[in-house]
Amino acid sequence: MQSENPAVALCGIGKVFESGVVALDRLDFNVGRREFVSVLGPSGCGKSTALRIIAGLAAPTSGEVVWTEGAAPARRIGFVFQEPTLMPWANVAANVRLPLKLAGMSARDAAPAVAAALARVGLADMAGAYPRELSGGMKMRVSIARALVTQPQFLLLDEPFAALDEITRFRLNDDLLGVWQTMGGTVVFVTHSVFESVFLSSRIVVMTPRPGRIYDEMLIDAPYPRDDAFRTSAAYAAYCRQVSGILHAAMSAEAAP
Amino acid sequence: MMNAAAPGPLPGAVRSRRDSVLRVLLPVFTLVAGALVWEAVVRVKAIPPYVLPAPSLVLATLVSDGAILWSSLLATLATTFQGLALALVGGVGLALLFSRSRLVEYSLYPYAVILQVTPVIAIAPLLLVYLPQHAAVLACAWIVAFFPVLANTTLGLASVDRNLIELFRLYGATRSQILFTLKLPAALPHMLGGLRIAGGLALIGAVVAEIAAGSAGAGSGLAYRIAEAGYRLNIPRMFAALLLLSVTGVVIFALLSALSRFLLRRWHESELAPGA
Ligand SMILES: Nc1ncnc2c1ncn2[C@@H]1O[C@H](COP(=O)(O)OP(=O)(O)O)[C@@H](O)[C@H]1O
Ligand SMILES: [Mg+2]
Repeated sequence: MQSENPAVALCGIGKVFESGVVALDRLDFNVGRREFVSVLGPSGCGKSTALRIIAGLAAPTSGEVVWTEGAAPARRIGFVFQEPTLMPWANVAANVRLPLKLAGMSARDAAPAVAAALARVGLADMAGAYPRELSGGMKMRVSIARALVTQPQFLLLDEPFAALDEITRFRLNDDLLGVWQTMGGTVVFVTHSVFESVFLSSRIVVMTPRPGRIYDEMLIDAPYPRDDAFRTSAAYAAYCRQVSGILHAAMSAEAAP
Repeated sequence: MMNAAAPGPLPGAVRSRRDSVLRVLLPVFTLVAGALVWEAVVRVKAIPPYVLPAPSLVLATLVSDGAILWSSLLATLATTFQGLALALVGGVGLALLFSRSRLVEYSLYPYAVILQVTPVIAIAPLLLVYLPQHAAVLACAWIVAFFPVLANTTLGLASVDRNLIELFRLYGATRSQILFTLKLPAALPHMLGGLRIAGGLALIGAVVAEIAAGSAGAGSGLAYRIAEAGYRLNIPRMFAALLLLSVTGVVIFALLSALSRFLLRRWHESELAPGA
């Protein structure tokens, strides 16, 4: 089923680490333009590895990543790690400016984009603060602003909210959906939370335990924008039950030979 | 244990303020008490100054020999800071080289360790044979001081957040961008920690070399004054020079600590409120 209009396709991706660990085995899936896809799976199933391969941070041992619009230049991808991954010696504005700085842009030229990215995550007045002075949720917002500053068409997030408390996580989920709808791009969101993936995604792909491959996938057909009403709706609960069922089945599935 | 003996728990702020006052007052008290006992013993037992000078005589000598001691102090300070500067450049430079090339690291690191563990007092006479005196003294200061900078900077460079390195790669950073925008700033706290240790060691290296040069050299550093005063049994001047040396060591340490605090204030020891 899924994307008739794929933006990127993973074709038979395999990844064997030098240690001999087989992290991924014939992983196939497409991501469509403007989709919000969650990759759901138990810890250690290879979600991060898959995301890093999409981003070009790691090379697959076999298979290939096909971008329909040719090669993916770095500036079209924004990446958010599980930890905020900020430079502690630089203030918020300098951290957000980093991708533009590395591309050779002066601080003055980058200022409007930095201000816009900070405004988008609700941190317009924190430009001068240092990471130490921020809460966990604020640091994560800075990290997202940094990913947005190049106006990427693809936003890849690796369990970005796993370390946050629930209230903060809900707020950031809401904000992320807002960002996705205004950026008009594609999001690939890695998580191990059924609830989070159902709330956010237009589609969920469920992975098997190591070696990771796609077990099943599911469209979440609820309309956007989604808010607290959706979070408490019967439809949401039903989706969560269904996805939990798929995840449990995936956990006990032996990797096919 | 101390809390158990206290009558009741003190509010944290009061306790920490009382603590910091005590931390200043108690050492001063120890110093004054020690000096008074020393003074009393010397006077009561009428110990001659060439055996043990009273603290008052040491202070008087500090004033009367002020000119000669001051110029010696400046000479020692100059060597110490030159040695420290070379240690900083050499230590950081080697650490960068090691982080670039494993082969270079494997080839050289054991010798850096050997240089560090061989007592400098044993190396100094050899250096004095082969090098002009000032160069030999500098070399000694460098030998003892560069290693903490090297070891700490290496540690700092190795502890750069892996994800940050990946982020830089993702955005196509060049090697020099990774070095100057990421690795060096990330290693700065470790580097400064190494420099703080190196400051005291550079002074030790300079002093050891001056002592080794002894009467053979035309040296004029504080340690040379100590050796010279020793030959002449001018014990008060030995004490005065020694006092100056340890004060110098403390001042160097305090200066480097202040430098470190200044450079890292927003980052590590930030006490600033968020810019609301
Ligand atoms: N650099 C690496 N070297 C060796 N093994 C690795 C490396 N990175 C990940 N792995 C292994 O690959 C498997 C998948 O890891 P990962 O992609 O991080 O899983 P997830 O993100 O789903 O928790 C794990 O068993 C992990 O131990
Ligand atoms: Mg992971």
